[in-house]
Amino acid sequence: MSNKFIGKSIKRVEDKRFITGHGRYTDDIVLPGMTYAYILRSPYAHANIKSIDTSEAAAMKGVVTIMTGEEVGHYGVPCGWQVNFKNGDIMKEPPHPLLVKDKVRHVGDAVALVVAESREIAQDAAEAIIVDYEVLPAVTDASKAVEAGAPQVHDSVPNNICFDWEIGNPKAEVDEAMASAAHITSLDFVNQRLSPNAMEPRSYIGHYDNVYDRYTLYTSTQNPHLIRLLMCAFVLGLPEHKVRVVGPDVGGGFGSKIYHYTEEALVTLAAKKTGRPVKWTETRSEAFLTDAHGRDHVTFAEMGFDTEGKIVGLRIKTFANLGAYLSTFSTAVPTYLHGTLLQGLYTTPKIHLDMTCVFTNTTAVDAYRGAGRPEATFLLERLIDLAALEMGIDPTELRLKNFIAPFDGVTQPGYQTNVALQYDSGNYHGVLARGLEMLGYEDFRKEQAEAAKTNKLLGVGFSTYIEACGIAPSAVVGSLGARAGLFEVGQVRVQPTGSVSVFTGAHSHGQGHETTFAQIVADRLGIPMENVEIHHGDTESVAFGMGTYGSRSLAVGGSAIVKSLDKIIEKGAKIAAHKLECSPDDIEFADGKFTVKGTDKSLTFGDIALTAYVPHVYPANLEPGLDFSSFYDPTNFTYPFGCHIAVVEVDKETGATKVKRFIAVDDVGNVINPMIVDGQIHGGLAQGIGQALLEGIEFDSTGQIINASYMDYAMPRADDFPMFELDRQVTPCPHNPLGVKGAGEAGCIGSTPAVVNAVVDALWSGGHKVKDVRMPMTPERVWTAMQS
Amino acid sequence: MIPQAVDYKRAGSVSEAISLLAENPDAKILAGGHSLIPAMKLRLNSPSLLIDIARIAELRFITAGDGAVAIGAASTHNDIISNADIQSRFLAMVEAGELIGDTQVRNMGTLGGSIAHADPSADWPGVLLALNATVKVEGAGGTREIAAADFFTGFFSTALEEGEIVTEIHIPNPVAGANSSYQKFLQPASRFAIVGCAVAVVITDGVISEAKVAFNGVSGEGAFLDEAVSTALLGKAATLETIEAAVAGAAEGIDINEDHYASKVYRKHLAKVYAKRALVAACEL
Repeated sequence: MSNKFIGKSIKRVEDKRFITGHGRYTDDIVLPGMTYAYILRSPYAHANIKSIDTSEAAAMKGVVTIMTGEEVGHYGVPCGWQVNFKNGDIMKEPPHPLLVKDKVRHVGDAVALVVAESREIAQDAAEAIIVDYEVLPAVTDASKAVEAGAPQVHDSVPNNICFDWEIGNPKAEVDEAMASAAHITSLDFVNQRLSPNAMEPRSYIGHYDNVYDRYTLYTSTQNPHLIRLLMCAFVLGLPEHKVRVVGPDVGGGFGSKIYHYTEEALVTLAAKKTGRPVKWTETRSEAFLTDAHGRDHVTFAEMGFDTEGKIVGLRIKTFANLGAYLSTFSTAVPTYLHGTLLQGLYTTPKIHLDMTCVFTNTTAVDAYRGAGRPEATFLLERLIDLAALEMGIDPTELRLKNFIAPFDGVTQPGYQTNVALQYDSGNYHGVLARGLEMLGYEDFRKEQAEAAKTNKLLGVGFSTYIEACGIAPSAVVGSLGARAGLFEVGQVRVQPTGSVSVFTGAHSHGQGHETTFAQIVADRLGIPMENVEIHHGDTESVAFGMGTYGSRSLAVGGSAIVKSLDKIIEKGAKIAAHKLECSPDDIEFADGKFTVKGTDKSLTFGDIALTAYVPHVYPANLEPGLDFSSFYDPTNFTYPFGCHIAVVEVDKETGATKVKRFIAVDDVGNVINPMIVDGQIHGGLAQGIGQALLEGIEFDSTGQIINASYMDYAMPRADDFPMFELDRQVTPCPHNPLGVKGAGEAGCIGSTPAVVNAVVDALWSGGHKVKDVRMPMTPERVWTAMQS
Repeated sequence: MIPQAVDYKRAGSVSEAISLLAENPDAKILAGGHSLIPAMKLRLNSPSLLIDIARIAELRFITAGDGAVAIGAASTHNDIISNADIQSRFLAMVEAGELIGDTQVRNMGTLGGSIAHADPSADWPGVLLALNATVKVEGAGGTREIAAADFFTGFFSTALEEGEIVTEIHIPNPVAGANSSYQKFLQPASRFAIVGCAVAVVITDGVISEAKVAFNGVSGEGAFLDEAVSTALLGKAATLETIEAAVAGAAEGIDINEDHYASKVYRKHLAKVYAKRALVAACEL
């Protein structure tokens, strides 16, 4: 163990290739004889396919093959998480075919695949395919899709209900608690649908080697091994040992690249059929239509308080939109990743969530940065800030009345919630206190009162959030319906000359693993960082892995690497003891040296590495080599938390909102690289504030997305934000060897309600006592709220 | 997002561009391409030939003359906003140009390309109307000079005839007491104008002696001069009261545009707010 790298803001080693334009993404890979695919997609949200005529397209020069649902429609992608109805019935799981042959169910549903000598020819040919559609009425709103007479997305799913579900205390107990409340704050709201917008569009290459009868899939994915497992075992029936999946450099995912997409299996089939590599790269327009969307809840929530301001109950009814088909984790997001976070930071004694998950004629919805937890945080933090306004209590005071007391999870037990989870460690008062100090709360309220007399209203909004990361103990998620384990794999291979190759099942698509993981390895082994190489993303080099999402890489993947490092050091000590003629117990390892305790006799890590591979003087009964692989299955989730504070200015004349300050005090446990954590928080804040003010997929009555381009869908830009004011508190995770909790989603989870609360606070300061402004809080929506 | 195959020719001179256009009726002029190329990628437009005029040296100049400043049509947005003669004469141009796209767009997009495209939400048309500009065009039949008010004829349409290209824009020099401003309420995604208001005023002894108020983004029919607001300002003291009274009648009788960012009612309200802000800035109140 040395102390040179952990905790230091080491510059990211991967950035040289990225910022000089040399990242190697899937679309950069060109294989000999490559062909190019284009997918003909439905222009309608809901329509029967009466006929498909590919004859003209197939005859075009340069067209290699055309596939339709007739040929491959019997293959479909699975859902990875089974959730049951309240009555125990299994969820409705209609097929999600690779290509549709009978009925299209959302704009962008795939109808035909054209493989050609170039992308241009492929698209020209696709435009020559004649599809005769019988257009049907479409439904896009989950709460309307369950109504009698609503269009039916799947014949096998009555009322479009995939399943209903509940969590928390028995409903009757919650009803009773609410009946006893002195005050109930209620809120009818929409947590709107978002498009993930990874910078790199999805891109896949299918390759079939007929000499060895092996397949390779290059894919812009967050988890190559899971894609291989799903595609081989559940879609195409290929043996896994004949299939290699490579996720090279990936330009962002935010959840949207976790899932097994139909196109991955399609290019694999097309490669086998044509005997040539087949590349498909989506256009940005396709990304808006087919990358799994996020959020889309329609909710009615109530929070009850006693006369002292203590929360007595929380009662929620939500319709979650799943889209037209089930995506890989879509059923887990509104349930186990959402309902389980409704305790928040509060001692709420009675909680009940009634959830209905619904099919609609829309793009599939799945995890998007935060995945269910932002929706839970939004609900709780909106309710508590609104309750404070309604009851005339300061919102920070109301939180302090209801916070769970600090606990370290070591000498004090974890906190058992009413919604299944047990929090690991927390100090919620600390982050709020620090946030208020940074804000200068008292001065702010004076400034706000002055501003109320002008054309620019000021508001402050708070969000004290908790989330569950480090997904997850396999046995726990298995009991909840996950169809996979959620451990991670870390292999450490010490080379004979002492340099180290690390193979991780986590996948970096912007997170900087090549830096963070190398910092850990270099410090633990006492070697320079440049002697460590991190390998990820290739099923042929990495033994196994579950990929990166849910802020799990460091907590789970990092811990797997630490387990292997421990084994390396333990074995190294045996080799050193033999050479230094002492007992292994007398060896201590520090700063890259194995030393006989209390002496100056030592051997370097490099000496031991060489000895392991040239074992001439070597312990009997010890295998040569220095190479260990470990599986780490966590014992609990990790629970980062924090306090986010937004200060906004609302232009009374136009309703335009400007974020003046944004303060984020996050507790993500121990921090390996502060700069990378800051970067993660910054990116998360941008997306979270973006949801509040700018982003949101909008449908028209026929199911068309009316803002499926960057001309219309407002992605946040740097000048939409002030300089973020960040600070951290450190409450180590008690149950993993690094004490880390995860930082990838915190910014996105905490920030959205802070901004909405701030706008509502500003409006109240101007005398407009509105409960909510629908997100994104466009200037017109805010202005309209001020007209009433 | 994959355009159909297209030929590309870079014209070396205005006369070459005009000949190429005459020979290829399906051709489109490329003058920066920030609207045309996206349309081609979406296959909304599939010309057989692109004639690139953005690098014709004789189209890229800004010359301050006695009566007017002449701006070559291939001058980029950035050429305009960084030009000292423009900066000292036409504040509205600088304010408008700075809010077009981003640095990359401003370095590629051109004034001529923008006004020939005549997007109803684009910034330059309103500014040229308020500044009383003249547009010089050239075709096989010779050159014409067209007042801005006659040049913009509606939704993506102009007075350009088949085979003509925009070559120059002339903006009359400001007289004593003249000032201008452009104020824009951005559509947050495209950053085109939901409402853009360009105003040019002349203030003589504290009284508004000339006024032109133009809007873009407000009407789907394109940029227009709001005569009612201009008239209401004339001869009045340059005060907030005058301005507020005048803008109350802004965008009256206009077919107001609407989209998911701004309804008709809200857009009309914004027209008044932004007319007020532009006039307050131009009157230096």
